[in-house]
Order: sequence, then structure tokens, then C-alpha cells
Amino acid sequence: MNLQQLITDSIRASSTNVFSTMLGQELPPGELAFEQGTPEPNDGVVSFIGIAGRWAGTGSIACSPTLACRICSAMLMTEASAVDAEVLDAVAELTNMIIGSVKTDLEAHLGPLGLSIPTVVYGRNFKTKSAGQHEWIVLTFLWDAEPLTVKLCLAPQERSPQHQHGSANHLYALEV
Amino acid sequence: MDSDVLVVDDSAAIRKILQRVLRQTGMAIGAIHEAGDGQEALTVIGQHPVHLVLTDINMPKMDGLQLLASLKSSAQWRNVPVVMITTEGGEAKVSEAVKLGAAGYVRKPFTADQIKEKLTGILEAGIPL
Repeated sequence: MNLQQLITDSIRASSTNVFSTMLGQELPPGELAFEQGTPEPNDGVVSFIGIAGRWAGTGSIACSPTLACRICSAMLMTEASAVDAEVLDAVAELTNMIIGSVKTDLEAHLGPLGLSIPTVVYGRNFKTKSAGQHEWIVLTFLWDAEPLTVKLCLAPQERSPQHQHGSANHLYALEV
Repeated sequence: MDSDVLVVDDSAAIRKILQRVLRQTGMAIGAIHEAGDGQEALTVIGQHPVHLVLTDINMPKMDGLQLLASLKSSAQWRNVPVVMITTEGGEAKVSEAVKLGAAGYVRKPFTADQIKEKLTGILEAGIPL
């Protein structure tokens, strides 16, 4: 099994499926990249969701405030013109559905995995870091000429899942 | 007779979408009540008896499986059908929900047709309030 390929295919399929089903929108094929080390500073909306089990990691979605508003508008069939609680909630749920589908795909190969409740950050010039993770698989989709980034990092855990109670709620470092 | 429904999800976005989808199905839906977690759901159902509960699994305070167990162990609410609507598609969660007495299971993302297909038989069977 090529885990990298499995994750890439799963992110692509679940992102396309969620956009089509919940937003009624087509998502073009995403561009694949790999990211290591501390990422560049972010501007906009970034969401995180933790994955735990014999393999553990983090899923994340990042987009501009404009795109976050468009996602909310399409998902809730309402007009969103500024990033507010409803927009952040829509991005959190989008993350939950996309990474949740990826998690379900991965469980067939990696065994049972847990999913945390998503966290969303909105701001300017901040860096994020998920403790203990190394390489992210990154897919960038251009939707309405704006990039939507879906990424995931996953690594095997040395300790058994029963010793990781609550570990789906990962620590995220936020540097402003 | 219209069926009253309780929608339980920590995401306000999903609660809003489910409200819209339920209205779109064309089924005889009456009042739609909302709760953000299992604890709040128990309070709401105490104030507003419903014919059906749609609930997420992964929620803070009291999750969907705990809510399901609580409803099924209650003499007052054990006959209210509970449908799980969640991203948790793994076998373990599904079998746990079925074991606890869930009437059905819909995975997110969902379409209006999937919701309608799942709920039609359940609501046609009907339960007295």
C-alpha cells in the first residue's frame, strides 16, 4: 500500500464530493505538493482537526477570508460578506466532512482512528505548527480563482491507542 | 399528521442545512427544534416532545452515542426513533449505534434525497407523542 497515494486520492475524492454534495459546486483537480518544517505565515482562515489512533496526525484547510465567505454562502444558501461566527462554523464543518471522509477511507488500511472537534483560526500574519509532525501532503484547489488548501500529516504512533486517551485534541502552536 | 423533529449538532451550519433539507424533502415536517449537544438535546426534548431525533455523533459535553443511550434507557423517550447523521463512517461507530438502538445512519456529506430515503419509512411508521 502506498499511503501517500492513498491519502492524496482520498483528499481529492472527498473534497470533490463534499463540494458537489453540500455546496453544489464543482471543484477542479487539486495541485499536489509536500510541505516540511515550519510553514510560511498565513493570512486568512485556517482550520485544524486532529486524528488519533495507531496512526495520528492533523488535517487542515486554509483559504482567504473572501473564499471562506463564499463557502459559507454556498453551503448555507445565505449571503456572507464578512468573516463571522457563521462563516467560521461553515469552514469548520467543511473540514470535519472532508477530513472525516479521508479518515474513514484510511481506517480500512490503518485500523480505527478518532477525530477531534475542529478548531478554526482567523487572522493575519500567523504561523501554525502541529507538534511532532513532519511532512504534510498538500492539495491546493483553485475555486473561483482563489486557492483552497487541504492538507494532512499522519505518522505511526509508538504508544498504543489506549495510552493516548484524548489525544485527538492535538496541541497547535500559533505564532502571531 | 406533521412530524416534529429535533436536530442535534454542535455545528450551527449543519443544523441550518438539515432544517433546509428537511423542508425540501416534501415530507410532512412540523416544528424543527435544535440543540448543540446531547445535554441540550435532553433539555429540549423535555420541553418539546418530538417524533424523530437526528443527531451528530462527535459533539462536546455529551456525544450522539451517549444521547442515544440516554433516550433508549428512558421510559418516556425509548420509542422515539434516532437517526445518526455524522462523518463517523467507521464500522465500530456504526455497530455501536445499531447496538444502542439507532433507527438509521446517514453519512455526511448528504443529499436531500438520502435524508428523505432514510426518514420516509421511519416517519410513516409513526409514534404517538
